[in-house]
Amino acid sequence: MFKIVNKRVLNTTVTMMDIYAPLVAKKAEAGQFIILRVDENGERIPLTVAGFDREQGTVKIIFQIVGATTAILNMKNEGEYIQDFVGPLGCATKTDGLTKVCIVGGGVGCAIALPVAQKLHSLGCQVHSIIGFRSEDLVILEDEFRACSEKLTIMTDDGSYGRQGLVTQPLEEMLARGEKFDEIITIGPLVMMKFVVATAKPFNVKITVSMNPIMIDGTGMCGGCRLTVGGKTKFACVDGPDFDGYEVDFDEAIMRSSAYSEFERHSRESTCNLFKREVR
Amino acid sequence: MAINPKKHEMPVQAPDIRAHNFEEVALGYTKELAVAEAQRCLNCKNRPCVEGCPVNVPIPEFISKVKTGDFKGAYDVISVASSLPAVCGRVCPQETQCESKCTLGIKFEPVGIGRLERFVADWHNANYKGEFSLPKPNGHKVAVVGSGPSGLTCAGDLAKKGYKITIFEALHLAGGVLVYGIPEFRLPKEIVAQEINSLKKYGVDVDTDVVVGKTLTVDELIENGYEAVFIGSGAGLPRFMGIKGESLIGVYSANEFLTRVNLMKAYENNSSTPVMKAKNVAVVGGGNVAMDAARTALRLGAENVYIIYRRSMAELPARREEVEHAMEEGIKFEILRNPVEIIGYNNPDDRRDPRNGFVKALKIIKCELSAPDETDERGRRSSVEVPGSEYILDVDCVIMSIGTSPNPLIKNTTEGLTVNRRGGIVVDEVTGATSKIGVYAGGDAVTGAATVILAMGAGKTAAKAIDEYIREKSE
Repeated sequence: MFKIVNKRVLNTTVTMMDIYAPLVAKKAEAGQFIILRVDENGERIPLTVAGFDREQGTVKIIFQIVGATTAILNMKNEGEYIQDFVGPLGCATKTDGLTKVCIVGGGVGCAIALPVAQKLHSLGCQVHSIIGFRSEDLVILEDEFRACSEKLTIMTDDGSYGRQGLVTQPLEEMLARGEKFDEIITIGPLVMMKFVVATAKPFNVKITVSMNPIMIDGTGMCGGCRLTVGGKTKFACVDGPDFDGYEVDFDEAIMRSSAYSEFERHSRESTCNLFKREVR
Repeated sequence: MAINPKKHEMPVQAPDIRAHNFEEVALGYTKELAVAEAQRCLNCKNRPCVEGCPVNVPIPEFISKVKTGDFKGAYDVISVASSLPAVCGRVCPQETQCESKCTLGIKFEPVGIGRLERFVADWHNANYKGEFSLPKPNGHKVAVVGSGPSGLTCAGDLAKKGYKITIFEALHLAGGVLVYGIPEFRLPKEIVAQEINSLKKYGVDVDTDVVVGKTLTVDELIENGYEAVFIGSGAGLPRFMGIKGESLIGVYSANEFLTRVNLMKAYENNSSTPVMKAKNVAVVGGGNVAMDAARTALRLGAENVYIIYRRSMAELPARREEVEHAMEEGIKFEILRNPVEIIGYNNPDDRRDPRNGFVKALKIIKCELSAPDETDERGRRSSVEVPGSEYILDVDCVIMSIGTSPNPLIKNTTEGLTVNRRGGIVVDEVTGATSKIGVYAGGDAVTGAATVILAMGAGKTAAKAIDEYIREKSE
């Protein structure tokens, strides 16, 4: 059992938790992920590490309430426990030798991008961050990004905060202006990453994407997280989750991500019924 | 008294009933059947059956106890050699091991050794709650990586010698392939839990949620005071065929499909892990795992389940009883067939059609066997495709059960650990010792996908070698 030592609501659909898991905290690096199970009948879900405190022995997770499991996780409070918390899994984001990087984060993906930005910043790398959200009330981690970025651009779809538009717009402008980056690192919804890659392509900048496919064990046993990268089958859990953005078959990944959408809809509805019962 | 030429049949659930439930297929011998079957044993002096058993269970000795109704005595005899009798009695391929050597088998059917072992273990688990003597701790610590058959066996043997054992398991539940792979209807999880609990009584600690190679490394285990490490981390990454359409929705590796259903209990209504409940399922492969996947798909409600296997029935590597059970349940065997493409649904007029990307059919080519003198390294005739014989089979789910390749996590993080070309850990066959001092390995992590009992044999070999290594070191 793993204790929730801190819980903070970041916005109406996104929650942050610090989990006491000293073995995981000791090893975790930016870009890796963990797998958790909330309770005895729970499913195993992967969440990317959003931070860690090796001294306190805690690992930070930030999750969006999208399905039944994240809804049940969100019902847990500080001082309560979750059943299983295993990691750190996958490979850390490569940061060696980078001097100037553009970080492009979208939605809850920004939570995953943050530790990468922080690590690069601490290594003396120049970080330009572009973070995008649907609207003002969904903006998260602004202060944290500001603290580790030379330049921060906030985008909202509806223009209710920062600049109106998509994250690809300022990226394209910067690249068109002749801004040179050693690498672009992008983390967010699959569709967003697909278009960030397409935006970067004409400028021939190295681009890394962080994939978060459906997984069960997270250790290379089930093969559920397979992706086509450079025409070859790769397992996100052991070969990734970071891949060369130009090599990833995004259309296939988008298709595969919808495998259980029907099931999820049903289980979300049944979870909502449980909520109703709780309220009564 | 004349010898009954046939084994006593073991009662089973009727095929038309069991095809729709997840309860155990075989129901086990009654006391009377067990005693009667034991009477068939000739108690040969040269004990050929023992040679056929990878862990050398003293078979005639335990059967002699069953003959006299001394089931407790029989259990004690088996326990000397095997830590998991209730498991072995159910999943060992006895027809190629102990029973294949049985003297009675020359003229008649061999003694039902597996069925008797199962009976003895079940009888013991149901009836015996007596005290047992804890071994005197010897003050030495050993780490075991993985709680599958090889790890459990190694842990059990060492714990009985007084070692303090910690098993590190990556998943949330101990048992390895016994819990994520082999289905409930063939090996009830309750039995696995009982076997693990009896190890815990010997002081074995099981640390779940620890991925060795990630959470902790082998070197850290040694730094933490473990004097030896046994790696029984299992097979690893599932293989795919590399044909078109393997990324479509509805294509599973057998590992994923079985893990969803067994470990995550997707067959139960209150499980939050989904699994596709397909109507027409093709399982590619002919091993035990393929049989398990096919019979699981049937129990989830499939109307047609096909085994697609490229050789003939004679070459099917699965345990004979599983093939027979599968046929009785109505699994269709498409033998001498090989998939060439998985075809997906694609509505060109509507990109948002929810069926887009789902499996629709399998394109299959017919095969024939090579000439009898053209065999592979295992002596099997190879399968040759017949040009132009392709046809389409309508399916909405394809399960690839064509083996695994070793998991890279431990080798990537353990300095000085030699692996072979395929990624399997290289060990000394006599001792299970790896290239790294104090580190031993066994099971699928070494051999690639094999059987439960071979993994147990490797765990046993390593336990003996680890004991000798630590005793020599401490002198």
